[in-house]
This record gives sequence, C-alpha cells and structure tokens, in this order.
Amino acid sequence: MSLPGAGLTEAGLSRARYGSQTLHAEWTKLRTLASTGWLLLAAAGLTVGLSAVADAAASCPAGGCQADPAKLSLAGVQAGQAVVAVIAVLAVSGEYSTGMIRITLTAMPRRLTVLTAKAALIAGLVLAASAVAVLACLLAGRLILPGHGFTAAHRYPPLSLGDGPVLRAACGSVLYLALIALLSLGVATAVREAAVAIGLVLGLLYLFPVVASVAANPHWQRHLEQIGPMTAGLDIQATTGLSSLPLTPWQGLGVLAAWAAGALLAGALVLRWRDA
Amino acid sequence: MTTATPYRSPLRAGRDGFGQLLHAEWTKFRTVRGWVIGMIVAILVTAGLGLLAAKASANPSCTTQTSSGQQGPVQHGAACGGPTFPLGPNGVPVKDEFYFVRQPLVGNGSITVRVTALTGTAPGPGGQFVLPPWSKAGIIIKDGTSQGSAYAAMMATGGNGVRMQWNYTGDTAGLPGVVSAASPRFLRLSRDGDTITGYDSADGAHWTRVGTVALAGLQSTVQAGLFVASPNYTVYSASLGSGSESSSGTRSTAVFDDVSRTGTWPASAWTGGYVGGGGLEGGPGNDGYHQAAGQFTVTGSGDIAPLITGALGDGPNITIRDYLIGTFAGLIAVAVVATMFMTSEYRRGLIRTTLAASPHRGRVLAAKAIVIGSAAFVVGLAAAAGAVIGGKEVARGTPVFPEPWPTELRIIVGTAALVAVAAVLTLAVATIVRRSATAILIVIVILVIPDVLSFPPGLPTGVTDWLLRVTPAAALALQQPAPQYHQVQANYIPSSGYYPLGPWTGFAVLCAWTVLALAAAVYLLRRRDA
Repeated sequence: MSLPGAGLTEAGLSRARYGSQTLHAEWTKLRTLASTGWLLLAAAGLTVGLSAVADAAASCPAGGCQADPAKLSLAGVQAGQAVVAVIAVLAVSGEYSTGMIRITLTAMPRRLTVLTAKAALIAGLVLAASAVAVLACLLAGRLILPGHGFTAAHRYPPLSLGDGPVLRAACGSVLYLALIALLSLGVATAVREAAVAIGLVLGLLYLFPVVASVAANPHWQRHLEQIGPMTAGLDIQATTGLSSLPLTPWQGLGVLAAWAAGALLAGALVLRWRDA
Repeated sequence: MTTATPYRSPLRAGRDGFGQLLHAEWTKFRTVRGWVIGMIVAILVTAGLGLLAAKASANPSCTTQTSSGQQGPVQHGAACGGPTFPLGPNGVPVKDEFYFVRQPLVGNGSITVRVTALTGTAPGPGGQFVLPPWSKAGIIIKDGTSQGSAYAAMMATGGNGVRMQWNYTGDTAGLPGVVSAASPRFLRLSRDGDTITGYDSADGAHWTRVGTVALAGLQSTVQAGLFVASPNYTVYSASLGSGSESSSGTRSTAVFDDVSRTGTWPASAWTGGYVGGGGLEGGPGNDGYHQAAGQFTVTGSGDIAPLITGALGDGPNITIRDYLIGTFAGLIAVAVVATMFMTSEYRRGLIRTTLAASPHRGRVLAAKAIVIGSAAFVVGLAAAAGAVIGGKEVARGTPVFPEPWPTELRIIVGTAALVAVAAVLTLAVATIVRRSATAILIVIVILVIPDVLSFPPGLPTGVTDWLLRVTPAAALALQQPAPQYHQVQANYIPSSGYYPLGPWTGFAVLCAWTVLALAAAVYLLRRRDA
C-alpha cells in the first residue's frame, strides 16, 4: 500500500512537472505576502542610502589616501544584508508560526523539493533586488565621490562597470547578498523560530569582524577574517590592495558559499528528519 | 415569590495585586526552557567571545612596550606582567619624556622667563615642516626627575596658546596666540609649600594668574627649569573602518631669555638632559640646549601627557573593553528572549488569558518589563564579570591598560544596566509590532549594528560617530575604558574605545528611547484589541 500523496505524484505528475508546481505554489505564497515586497524595498533602500552616506562622509585629502572607492560606494551592503536575512528567514519561519507548514507538506510531500523551490525563489528575488541596489550604489558613488577628493588627479577614475575590478565588486556584491539569503534560509529551516534564526544569522555575520578587530595578534586576526562569512565574503568588493587581503576576492566569496551550503544542508536534514 | 440570590463562589477571591502579576510573569519566564537556555547562551557567548578576544590579543612572545618606546622581547613571568609605562600621581598611565634644563630649588621660590620663539621640525604630509599643535615649551617645577613624578608647568604651545598643566591630566588655558619675537610670552611659576601658582603676561609688567594647583607631598627640594616637548604629529583621513593615518616623530626648538629666579637655588650652573631617557632618533636637528648671553635655545621631543589607548596611542592597545567585545552577541541573545517573551503571547493567544486575568494592561506590561529587565541585569552582570575576570586570566602577561577600580566597576555594572534596559526596550518594541521577526530586526538595527559597523570594514568614522549619538547604541559608551583628553592629539574613534558621548550621557540616550517605546507600547496595548 502506498501513501495517497505519493501515489498521485507517481501516477499523475512527472518529476519536472511536480517541481514546477511546487515552485508555483511557493511563488504564490511569497508574492501574496505584503511583507516580501516591503522588505525587498527596505533592503535595497538601506543598501543605497547607507552607501550614499558613506560616500558623503569619506574624504581623500591632497596628500593622497588608501581608500577603495568601489568598496566605499558599496558599504551599505553591510547593513542591507540584515534585511535580506530577514526576508529569507520569514519565508520559512512564517510557515511554522502559522502552522501553514503542515498544509504545505501535505500538499507537497517531497520536503527537499519544497526547500529547493523556496531557495530558488528567494535567491532569485534577492538577486533582482540587489542588482538594482548595487547599480544605484555605483551611480551614487560616481556622482558623490568626485566631490570628496576621489578625482582623476588623485588617481581615482570615475567608477565604471567597464573596469574589471569594479565589475567584479558589483557582481560579487549581488551574489554576496543572494548567498546571505541562502545562509539565512538554511538557518531558519533548521531552527524554525524567526527571532532565533535572525539572531543567529546576524550574530554569525557580525561576530567575526568585531572579534578580529580587537585581535592584537595579526596571525589570529588573519585567520578570523578568513573564516568569517561576512569578512571573507566582502573581500569580493575590494578593488585596491588585493595583495594584502587575507583571501583573494573569489576565494572569499567561496568561504561564504561554503557557509551557505552548510546551513542549507543542516536545514535540509532537519526538514527531512524532524516532524513539522 | 422568591427572589433569586446571585451565585457567590464559596472560594475566597484571589488577590490581584501587582505582586501576583509579577509572580505570574516570572512563572511564565522561568518555565519556558528555550528562554532560560537563551539567557544562559547570552552569558556564554559574551564571556566566550571575551576569552577568545583575550586569547587573540595575548602576545605569544610577550613583547612589551618599554617606557622609552622600544620593543623588546621580555621573559615570561614577573618581568612580563608588570606595567612597563610610568603611572602618574593619580594612577593613570602617562608619557613623561621631555628635554629639561634644570636646577634644584630648595623650599619656596619662583622662576620667570620670556619665550620668544617656538618652531617645529617635523616633516609633515608632502614633506613640509610643521609645528605640532601640542608641542610645548616653558617652565616646569617637578618632584624629581623620575618618570611619572608630580609637576606643574607653564608653557607656550604650538597651536593652543599659553597653558598651565599639572600632573599629566590637568590643563588650563592662558593667553591665546602663537609665540614670536614680535609677540613674546612671559611665564612665571611660584612655589609656596605644596602649592604652585602659574602666571602669564604679554609684556612682563601686567601679570595674570592662570591657575593655582596643589601637588600633594611635594618634596622640599624640587627640580625646576626650562623644558621642551614635542609629540608625534599624526594625520588622519576618514575612510572605511578606522581610516588611514600616518604618524611621525617631531622635534621643537624654543628660545628663552630674561630668566630670573627668587628663592634658594644652590647649584651654580644649569644641567640639560632628557627625562625618561627618550629623544628622537634621526631626523633633522639635534636635541640639547645652548646658552649664550642670557639666551637659552632648547630643542627636544616627547610629551608630558596621559597615555592614550588604541592603535596610535603610546599606551598598551589592550583594555578591558576588549574582553567585553562579545556584548553585541549577548545583546542579540537577550533581545531574542525579550522579543519572544511578548510575541509568543500573541502567537499562542495567551495574551487574551493574560489580559482577562489582569485587565490593567499597563500593569501587565510593567510586570513583564520588571521581570525581563531584572533577569537581563543578572545575565549582563554575570557575562561582563565573567568576561573581564576570565579575560584578565587568559591574557596574563600581556600589558593591559590599567583601570582605576571605579572605572572598572562602571564598565561591568554599566554593561549589566545596558543589557537590562535593552531588554526592556526590546519588550516595548515587541509589544508595538507584535511580530517577532520585525521586532528583533528593529532592535538589532538600532542597538547592535551602529556599534558593529564602527569596526573595520564598517562605515566611515563620521557616519558611525553620528549613529552612536542618536541611536540607543550610544549606551555602549558605558564601556569606554579611558577618557578622551583634548590636550593629546590622537585618533579618538569608536573602534578604539572612544565614543562620541560620555558614558552616562550615552546611557541616557538608551533610557530615553526606552521610555518613549514603553509609552507607545502602553498606549497601543490599551487601544488595540489583543
């Protein structure tokens, strides 16, 4: 005897069709929540706003400076990521707090397919929103920074996506935010409670830069910066002084990807084996 | 006809005082296993991160900074543990290096000079020579020539006019303006017992008293004479995190004449030399003094000032605040519990039972605030005390900025108070928004992120400075380990432990936000349906 749900899947739907229906169901849930749109807007707004403030607060005096204009104009990502984390957490914990998860898993008994669909949708939404935000950040940097001493005379050409490192910083920041969303999704699936998941994710992100900054021992400092998801991941924004980074930009993003994969794996295991 | 008597329960009515309400809320708090675990996690992460920071700051070879600024490996043990910088008469670590042209003075007396020039020879940015604003040239009465001894001095400075300074931290302004041959400055110090009075004058005829200070326990014979000190010249540029800076040693030269003295001066000639065995190595010019026809030309470097902590200060980089670096993680854990203390009432529908049992909604919130605030205070106190005591143990042998005990007490108890008030603020925010995700996000954004972003990579200092004034995160100033001195040029930034607001002002900002949020929470709790 087979379960009715499983029988239906095998009899009526191919694997691909089942997947696309799961995706559609998840999309409907996300789309019809008012909070998703507002939070995406808030994430983009916070990223752009704080980046513009950082641009306006920077200065490059006549004697020269070691500032990295691409990194500076993308500084808001450090705060925007908090909202991105909340978007991803709510997509999962909202189901648990309302009991919706039981209906979801009854309708779509393949739990990992549900998680994959959620991850794909959240990553897609965050990619789209952060692409807009990052472009706006670069535009703001291009407009504001020359007024603060970042001019060609000080060896700072205007920010342009035609410049290889700047393009890498921009694309990398978009990917960074998407990976933060996946990390948060994995953590939220594992712990289920929204407040705990948000606390865990933000604690994990901000822990490494704070502890590394007080580590007077350079050996420790370097290691802490290499393993932290935020410190390593944000290496992707560097366009100057690459040789002094603890990791190369893409290696750094790889560390964050490993954290995200680990969190998703933990989430998948809990979802698969624990009662909803 | 019979009249129906209304039903009366045979049970005695329960009391519904505030004590019962507190007891009910305490029972709710203590019986949810996850919340108790959350509070224990708060203690463990705060103290654990403190130990990690202490371990990461401990220098494996135990290289200590000697008082003359040279780095040298020191053996583990007693030699490694003690402070290697002088302490001033009031216990603060000080820098005490300057060129001193002196004679002993026995008993009461005075010394008067005219300063006609003060020039600097520090190569600044772009190679031009600069005069540090706090280069000092003048007269000093000092309790012996050992570093850290008591003193009082009158001086002309590079950019801050005439000052009277004493015992490293004291500073009073005299005549403004820059010294030159056209506008010289007359300075006078006179000793009467333990009391030293400083005067200044622009013409040598009309004198103004700048200040009178008491140097406790001043010996009968003191060293008095002319001195020059010239601190490092540092340039900062605002950028991400700590910004970039460059620092270079400087040397200043002053010209004195019209030296006159009263009292008993038994020595027949002046002696020149460095206090603290310092002096700038290399660079243009030479330290020393030259005397001809009543005119003294004195050149020196160094400083007579309190030490500053942080990367660019001369003092030890490590303060006990570094052991409290995990406060942000503990705050997040406590905020999560405080959020759920309120939002789970809404999620489970328990709020309807709570409000049916106690219809005074404001009192329910007050009871919840007292319970969560007290629990958070205990958690904060245990976490801060554990982090500081454990951190000191782990970092044994590494020079740590010494704290007077009132400061240490303020840092530990202040951290506990900060955690307690933050928990009440979180409770109020959770009452207003009712959803745990929104509440925890708001609290983390206003309370934790402003401080976290002051660490590199982070935001430019100008932005974090402003954020740490207006957001509840201003209360983290309670952890400031050392005061900011206007008479010492240094990079006073939050990541080095210097907050834009004072400890108690910053705490007041957090309390003001909490009162506002509580008022809004009470209003909304009364007005809205549960």
